[in-house]
Amino acid sequence: MITISEILEEIRNSSAEEVVSSCLERIGPNNFNTFITVAKESALKTARENEGHTGPLAGVPIAIKDNISTKGIQTTCASRILGGYIPPYDAHVIERLKEAGAVIVGKVNMDEFAMGTSTETSHYGPTLNPWNTETVPGGSSGGSAATVAAGEVPLALGSDTGGSVRCPASFCGVVGLKPTYGVISRYGLISYANSLEQIGPIASNVADMTLLFNVIAGHDPRDSTSVPGEKEYTKALVDDVKGLTIGVPKEYFGEGIDQAVEKSVWDGVHRLEDLGASWQEVEMPHTKYALAAYYVIAMSEASSNLARFDGMRYGLRLEKDHDWHTTYSAIRAQGFGEEVKRRILLGTYALSAGYMDKYYLKALKVRTLIKQDFERALKSTDVLIAPTMPTPAFKLGEKISDPLTLYMADVNTVPVNLSGVPSISLPCGFSNGLPIGLQIMGKHFDEETIIRTAYTFEQNTELHTKAPEVV
Amino acid sequence: MREESLKLRPYLDEVGVMIGLEIHVQLNKLNTKIFCGCPLDYHDDEPNTHTCPVCLGLPGSLPVINRKAVEYSIKVGLALGCSIEEHTQFYRKNYYYPDLPKGFQITQYDYPIASSGYINIEGEDGEVRIRINRAHMEEDPGRLVHEGGSIERSKYTLIDYNRSGVALLEIVTEPDIRSPKEARRFLDKLRNILEYLDVVDTTLEGSMRVDANISLSGGSRSEVKNISSHKGAERALLFEIVRQKNLLRRGGKVVQETRHFDEARGVTVSLRTKEEAHDYRYFPEADLVSLRVADWAPGIAKTLPELPDARRERFVSQYGITDDHAKSLTSEKKVADFYEQVAAEVDSKLAAVWIADVLKGELNYRDLGIDAFASANMVQLVKLLAGDQITEQSGVEVIRTILDEGGTPDEVVAEKGLLKAGGDLVTAAVEEAITENPQAVADYQNGKQEAVNFLMGQVMKKTKGRADAKEVRRMIIQRI
Amino acid sequence: MITTKDVEHIGWLARLKMEEEQLEGYADQLNSVLDYFGQLDEVDTKEVEPTYHVLEMNNVFRDDEVTDCLSQDEAIGNAPKTQDGYFKAPRII
Repeated sequence: MITISEILEEIRNSSAEEVVSSCLERIGPNNFNTFITVAKESALKTARENEGHTGPLAGVPIAIKDNISTKGIQTTCASRILGGYIPPYDAHVIERLKEAGAVIVGKVNMDEFAMGTSTETSHYGPTLNPWNTETVPGGSSGGSAATVAAGEVPLALGSDTGGSVRCPASFCGVVGLKPTYGVISRYGLISYANSLEQIGPIASNVADMTLLFNVIAGHDPRDSTSVPGEKEYTKALVDDVKGLTIGVPKEYFGEGIDQAVEKSVWDGVHRLEDLGASWQEVEMPHTKYALAAYYVIAMSEASSNLARFDGMRYGLRLEKDHDWHTTYSAIRAQGFGEEVKRRILLGTYALSAGYMDKYYLKALKVRTLIKQDFERALKSTDVLIAPTMPTPAFKLGEKISDPLTLYMADVNTVPVNLSGVPSISLPCGFSNGLPIGLQIMGKHFDEETIIRTAYTFEQNTELHTKAPEVV
Repeated sequence: MREESLKLRPYLDEVGVMIGLEIHVQLNKLNTKIFCGCPLDYHDDEPNTHTCPVCLGLPGSLPVINRKAVEYSIKVGLALGCSIEEHTQFYRKNYYYPDLPKGFQITQYDYPIASSGYINIEGEDGEVRIRINRAHMEEDPGRLVHEGGSIERSKYTLIDYNRSGVALLEIVTEPDIRSPKEARRFLDKLRNILEYLDVVDTTLEGSMRVDANISLSGGSRSEVKNISSHKGAERALLFEIVRQKNLLRRGGKVVQETRHFDEARGVTVSLRTKEEAHDYRYFPEADLVSLRVADWAPGIAKTLPELPDARRERFVSQYGITDDHAKSLTSEKKVADFYEQVAAEVDSKLAAVWIADVLKGELNYRDLGIDAFASANMVQLVKLLAGDQITEQSGVEVIRTILDEGGTPDEVVAEKGLLKAGGDLVTAAVEEAITENPQAVADYQNGKQEAVNFLMGQVMKKTKGRADAKEVRRMIIQRI
Repeated sequence: MITTKDVEHIGWLARLKMEEEQLEGYADQLNSVLDYFGQLDEVDTKEVEPTYHVLEMNNVFRDDEVTDCLSQDEAIGNAPKTQDGYFKAPRII
């Protein structure tokens, strides 16, 4: 894998243009089907123009998940219905990246409209896990994590609605953060579930991820849910956890958790203990309802967020027009994949007359209880640690035939989105050559503590030096 | 509260007409739209030239609330006697139509910004209070152009999103309105209040759009959409009453449905689309946070201008004019302003008569607004009348001439020789008339009062109508 | 329990065209997921307020000031069908 400092060193020794050029060569063959669109011309042009740029990411190549608006570069959400859409505007995070001198090399693969845990629902085919190409890279930001793991680019942006940054980070052995809701502007992020999602930085190590996070985080007046203020997160890159109190929620080590995963994560907790932290068990009694609550809310919001895809202003349009409603229904039936359609149907149902109380409103109340679980657990602790995913990467095709089985994989990640707290996933071990990730969850707006904990852990293990063998 | 309005309308049980109105008011005096910074001056511009990712609903775009739109909404709410909600929030109304770029409209559902107000109007039986249920904020959809002009026969539809995202205030009444005429009066009064508040330019197309709900004798109500004028509202409702009465008389049932008003033909038609069963699946808009703005109300209340009813009362007390005149003069803000400009310089009572009773009539007849007549001209005219220099008929002629051809009162009077005939001329005419018509004189002296009229007519002929009638009568009687 | 009739209705509400033969498959899938969602009934939420927003934020506004618009070309640039600067849509009825 590549680091920012390696890239910056290379740029010093040659030029941004050459560095970006070799990056594009690595990406070229698309061995893992990471990229949907490679923006070769504009990347080289930017690299040339950024010669002498003094921003923190000057000349550094970065891959962008294909649900983030990039002006002039195709943005598809890995869906047939948005094929060919070229946004006339940049997302807020893209503007910040450009200001920092970063070079956007292309748009990476994902589950269609971010709905999935394996990047298998993409209209462009699945992305392969660079550690073992018979397995999935995780989802929905599979392309983002895989491209970093494969050493194609040092940095990537993903989005996390129910674990979509942390899951692929875990399966691909890289570092990914879902920030506190509101910390990174959603302006330009194509919505799946707007009360749950956040854009998240992905890198091969904690320091790089933090630097990227620092560039893209901060207030944006165009996002009403964006919190005021700017912070300097790189200050949290300190190798010290003395006195840190870790909460370990037993509910996150339930039945479905693989033995190797459980052992790895506990090894991680003990490692931190050796370094001066202490841990205690905490109770989060409503955790088992989080999955149902999450899916009801996410699907409900999705059913509304995806209503705009009618083929009039962008996207798929069929040859013949019938009357408005018939045309609209036909376009959506053909343009959306099966998982997306299922979620739209379920979400519509959960909001419909007669069912809204039972499903949508009920889920929102359960959400309150889950949020309170976090507040209570974090009152006596600084961070919570748990496995990110119940297992390492599963095989392609293994879980895709039964939606519920796939949903179950999100059991440890969704509570975080429901409560809005921040969480980092980073590698904590291996099982049969596949990475295992642990997640460090923190209080609202306390990214500093989880970054410090992650950094300390990483600096005191060898895990971040491992990379898959890529030909 | 319901009982109160029932007490005012003892005939309710027999008549049974219940009308409620939903009026969408465009806050077009804002600079920008409700959720984005696109400007509002799009009338007459090319389509889709006043849009941005937000009002086009491009994927990834997010709304941000225009603070001034909230201020204006509170202003209107206060002027309508509403309470301003402590906590107000936006919701999504989910439905699908080509003019709705997101596939949902951001509007308000629970917790509207204002509720429980009223407007008093001239009812069928005296003054009546029409209660306002709520006023809430929402965004305007785009504008559809149906090929061929008719929604039923068009082959395709063209969409212009310049209007998409304009701030709307939807004002919903209780079904307190009892006749199409009352509906019209309500709409006129509402428009008047909005003009006074200076939050809407009601002369712009689409600035006030009305949906009407009407039912007879507590039966199902039909909703009539696509009403774009106050006259149209009255016509649509009249048509509906007749249609529903006929249906009931033939033993049919009035179904709850949405009907489309065809302004050209003056009829309502059933749209008969499957869209009838609306399930809007309202849920809170997560891209917007809640508003707690009730504490803005006192400050905004201080900026409220004198509203029509208050101005009318002041006109009566300050200018000593009748309530009828005051009502007529305050029914349009511009007319009220005009009156006060004139009344500052001439006799206020005379001004009231000539503006309310004469000028307004002449303007209406010609389909003109008060802008067509300069206040300076009215001042001049009233002075001429007050100084007894022209007759009332001449006054009317002056107004008509100015409206049709231009000029000032002095100019018209001079050109047409309208100055009242001087004393000598009149005396001479009277003498002549008496001399030339001995029979009439004799008739009068024998008791026929009407003979004077004949003689007056002769005098008027001689003076080409420029003698003052009362004066002539007096002189004749004195002489004979 | 969702029937195929229900699926048809939801399909119409969601404007997703469905063929006859797909209805039963959808019904099965939806039912199994809804069964799972039914778990939520177990939770006592009598005294609990729903969480619509995880953040306790209020009153976020923008000023009533004009910002740049898209040009007409940019606005209609992605549209599959246009005419004279308008977006072209099917007839309504």
